[in-house]
Amino acid sequence: MITINHLYKSFDGVEVLTDVNAVFEEGKTNLIIGQSGSGKTVLMKCIVGLLRPDSGELFYGDTNFLTLRKSQQKKLRQKMGMIFQSAALFDSMTVLDNVMFPLNMFSHDTYRDRLRRANACIDRVNLSDATGKYPSELSGGMQKRVAIARSIVLNPRFLFCDEPNSGLDPKTSLVIDDLIHSITQEYNMTTIVNTHDMNSVMAIGEKVIFIHEGVKAWEGTKDTIFTAGNQTLNDFIFASDLFRKVKEVEIMQQEG
Amino acid sequence: MFKALHTTGRYLLLMRRTFSIPERMSVYGRQLLKEMEQLGINSIGIVLLISFFIGAVITIQIKLNIESPWMPRWTVGYVTREIMLLEFSSSIMCLILAGKVGSNIASELGTMRITQQIDALDIMGVNSAAFLILPKIVALVLMIPVLVTFSIFAGMIGAFATCWVGGIMTAANLEYGLQYWLTEWYLWSAYIKSFFFAFIIASVSSFFGYTVDGGSIEVGKASTNSVVACSALILFADIILTKLLTGL
Repeated sequence: MITINHLYKSFDGVEVLTDVNAVFEEGKTNLIIGQSGSGKTVLMKCIVGLLRPDSGELFYGDTNFLTLRKSQQKKLRQKMGMIFQSAALFDSMTVLDNVMFPLNMFSHDTYRDRLRRANACIDRVNLSDATGKYPSELSGGMQKRVAIARSIVLNPRFLFCDEPNSGLDPKTSLVIDDLIHSITQEYNMTTIVNTHDMNSVMAIGEKVIFIHEGVKAWEGTKDTIFTAGNQTLNDFIFASDLFRKVKEVEIMQQEG
Repeated sequence: MFKALHTTGRYLLLMRRTFSIPERMSVYGRQLLKEMEQLGINSIGIVLLISFFIGAVITIQIKLNIESPWMPRWTVGYVTREIMLLEFSSSIMCLILAGKVGSNIASELGTMRITQQIDALDIMGVNSAAFLILPKIVALVLMIPVLVTFSIFAGMIGAFATCWVGGIMTAANLEYGLQYWLTEWYLWSAYIKSFFFAFIIASVSSFFGYTVDGGSIEVGKASTNSVVACSALILFADIILTKLLTGL
């Protein structure tokens, strides 16, 4: 479980996050949604420690991440996996080397065990045929799947996904969403997904937090999001024609 | 002035992170071998090519400008050797490497930064500065004596080529001059200078690449800035090192 209390972050005097409070639950896919520029990427960067908040608390379980020494933060980071918007695979390494990298760095297993573990993770994301390929030879969806395999290879307790469906077609996006969701349950991880893709919200949003202009404006689930009374959330969700029509149909059905 | 101090401070902080104990020696070892190939072995070609032609041109120019009945015939070989040893193969060759290797390092790290590969390393708990920069510095410092040696020999062969192909003087006279009154310390000072220059090239260009903020335009700027900064620092360090090593 990850808990955020009264988190503030500003850049050059401009407040980007204001008094954000949230609880991200274990074994669930927690989504942070919001418009581009709303502060959700900054929030995620604060959570993973790439940015230091101006004030507030950030708990991983019972441990306040912000009060840990650098060496302790480094140890905790080995329990985190992250999937970046750009996949962030190492260009000079093959798929297998990319997935094996965290094992080579931190695992004390034998080479044979590390290889077996890496191959198992690659199998899990259905990329067994691509182990010898370089990232530049893979499609966007395949790169994201390699990133998922790399992020779970050390059995992490926390998984972070920054816009995992960015640049992918709707069908591939569903595959990635399903994979993230099933892996979260399989490993009982605390997963946080940053997205503005409403299809992802409807597919895997077990817990949804809506950020608007750096403030947490709404919190709920995929089942309650359509009936939320929050105007800014409604403006965000129903900006798409498709979702407006879905809501109209739903209201018509409710009215009989 | 304040900006220069700020940049120097950031560079020193990065170096402090870089020179820390590696998480896993075997992975760093593999990275070191890769960097030795990329930065050192892959530079041998250009070092040989440039040194050969510079050696030949120096010989022709000296022959043209200082030939006189009053000068011994071996003077051309002697001066060519001293120029190659004292300046070209250590300092000028490193200036050339600042262009080739420095821009390569800055653009590689800059691209890794903007494509979030460095962030990925940090989140895994890897000291990205140490993992990416330390092997580059060690590799270049280890490979530079090899490159200097190749440069000196290629320069000598270039000088001989002017005798064999151009026929500007006899090879025997050149050979006598090349061997005349060799001060061993000059050879050592060439190597010592090149160690410092290798450190400057690898660390400064890594700093510019690692600290890129933005997109492809910033990577290009970082690459250019690294070459300019490395060249200026090499020339500045050359004056100090030459003064110290020659004891003048």
